[in-house]
Amino acid sequence: MIKDITLGQYFPGKSVIHRLDPRIKLLLTLIYIVMLFAASGFLGLGVGIVFLVLSFLLSGIPIKMMAKSVKPIIPIIIFTGILNLLFVSSGDVLFSYGFIKITYDGLRTMIFMAVRIVFLICGTSLLTYTTSPIALTDAIERILSPLRAIKFPSHEIAMMMTIALRFIPTLIEETDKIMSAQKARGADLESGTLVRRAKALVPILIPLFISAFRRAEELALAMECRCYRGGEGRTRMKQLKTTWRDYVAVIISLIFFAGVILLNIFLPI
Amino acid sequence: MDKFIELNDVTFSYLTDYDEHTVKNTVINGISLEISRGEFVAVLGHNGSGKSTLAKMLNAINLPESGKVYVDGMDTSDENNLFDIRKRVGMVFQNPDNQIVATVVEEDVAFALENIGVEPAEIRRRVDEALKTVGMYEYREHAPHKLSGGQKQRIAIAGVLAMKPECIVLDEPTAMLDPIGRREIMATISELNSMGVTIVLITHYMDEAARAKRVIVMDSGEVIMDDTPKRVFSQMDRLKSLGLDVPQVTELTHALISAGVDLPDDIISEDECYEALYKLLKKG
Repeated sequence: MIKDITLGQYFPGKSVIHRLDPRIKLLLTLIYIVMLFAASGFLGLGVGIVFLVLSFLLSGIPIKMMAKSVKPIIPIIIFTGILNLLFVSSGDVLFSYGFIKITYDGLRTMIFMAVRIVFLICGTSLLTYTTSPIALTDAIERILSPLRAIKFPSHEIAMMMTIALRFIPTLIEETDKIMSAQKARGADLESGTLVRRAKALVPILIPLFISAFRRAEELALAMECRCYRGGEGRTRMKQLKTTWRDYVAVIISLIFFAGVILLNIFLPI
Repeated sequence: MDKFIELNDVTFSYLTDYDEHTVKNTVINGISLEISRGEFVAVLGHNGSGKSTLAKMLNAINLPESGKVYVDGMDTSDENNLFDIRKRVGMVFQNPDNQIVATVVEEDVAFALENIGVEPAEIRRRVDEALKTVGMYEYREHAPHKLSGGQKQRIAIAGVLAMKPECIVLDEPTAMLDPIGRREIMATISELNSMGVTIVLITHYMDEAARAKRVIVMDSGEVIMDDTPKRVFSQMDRLKSLGLDVPQVTELTHALISAGVDLPDDIISEDECYEALYKLLKKG
C-alpha cells in the first residue's frame, strides 16, 4: 500500500513534452490550472481536457497512468461530491427526504467539481511524470533566484527538496523493513481503534527517525567530501535554455486558454 | 617514489559528555605515515582501532589534535587549503544510500563538479568519462534507488572520480554489499589503481587487503604493522592475537605446513595457493 505513492514519479523519455524547459512546464501547468478554474461550463472544461489528453499523447506516457495518479484522491472526490450534492440547494428538486434535498444544480456541481479535481490532478501529475524532480527543483530555484536579493535562501530550499525527493523511496523501504521487524516481534498494527493504531505507530516512527538522523549525518559528511559549500560559485551540468519549442508550447496553451474564455462568454453550458 | 600524503606524529581524540564531566577518548595515538603517489594501501584493524578516524584525516574532515597532516604538500589544518585537498583526496563511505545526493545517476556524479564550479560542457565530459570508468554509463539516467548495492557504490565512486582526485580513500566500501557487489567494487578499485589513482582501502576483509600492495595494521590508534601483504599475513599468530583474520588460503597453507607439508608460508591469494599445491602434487 505504502509503495503506491506516485509522488515525484518520473518516467524518463525523449518526447517533446520531456524536452520542454522545466520553467516553461511549470508555467504551462499554471496556465492549465487557471484554465480549469476559469471554465464555467462543461464545454470549457472539455477544452481543458482536450489540452491535457493531447499533452499526454505527445508525452508518450501511457494514458492509464492518468487513472493511477487519481487513485489516491478518490476519497477527497467522494467527500466533496457528497458535500456539493447536499448543500447546493438551488434549481429543480430531484429528490427529497426529510432535510435532505437533492437538486439538479447540486448534481451538476458535483459532477463538474469531480471532473475538475480529477483533471487537475492528472495535469499536475503529467508535470512530475515528464520532468525529473531535479529539473523541477532546478526550475524552482531559478524562478526564485531573484529573491536572493532579499536574502531568500532559494538554493538551500531547492537542495532540501532534492534531498527529500531522493530519500523518499529509501525511507519508504526502511519503513517497510521496520514494520516487518516489529510485526515479527508481535506488534499489532492493523486492529483496534484509531487511537490504538496511532499508538502502534510509535515503535515504527522512533527507529525511522533515528535512522533518518543518522543518514542525514552521513550524507552531510559525504557532501562535504565532495566540496559542497552552498550555492555560492556553483555551476550546473544541465543548463536551462528556452528554445522555439517552449514558445510554441506557450502560444498553443494560450490559444486553448482563450478558447475557454470565449466559451465562457458565448456558450456557457 | 614521490610522497603524496604525509602524517607527522598525529593524534586525535573525541570528547564525549557524560553527565557533568567530559571524557576524552583518544582514537589516534601518534601516527607517522607516508603514502606515495600511485600506491594501493589497505588499512586493517578491528572495530575501534581508529582506522575510520584516520581515513577522515586524509581529506581534512577530521583535523589532527596535534601533529600535522600534509596532502600534496598542503597542511590540512589550514582552512584555505580545504577544497584543494578535498579535490585531490576523494572519499567513499560504507553505505552507498547515504552518499548519493541526487535522484538521477548522472546528476549525482556531477554534484562534486558543480560544487567546484566547473564549466557545464566540461562537467558533461567528465561525468561521462567517470561513469564509463566504473562501467555504469548505460545507467546514467536511472534512479539510484532502483540499482543494486554494488551499482550504487560504483556510482558513489564515479561521483568522487569525476573530481579527478589523485587519491581515493574508501572506508569499508564493500561492508554492506553482497558477494557480487564486492567483486564489482574490488575490480573497479584495482582498475583505478592501475590508472594511477592512489588507493587507501579501509577494510575488514582479508582477501581484499591481500590485493593491495601495502598493508597497514592498526590497533588502539597506533600503526603496528606496515609492510607488503605477504609479510603481514605470514605473521598469522600475531594477527590472530589482535583479533584479526588472515585470508582463508593463508590459514589453509599454514595448517598444511604445521602438518608437515612442504609449502611456502607467504601464500595470500587463491591463484598462488592453487599453483603451489599443483606443483607439490605434480612432484609427489
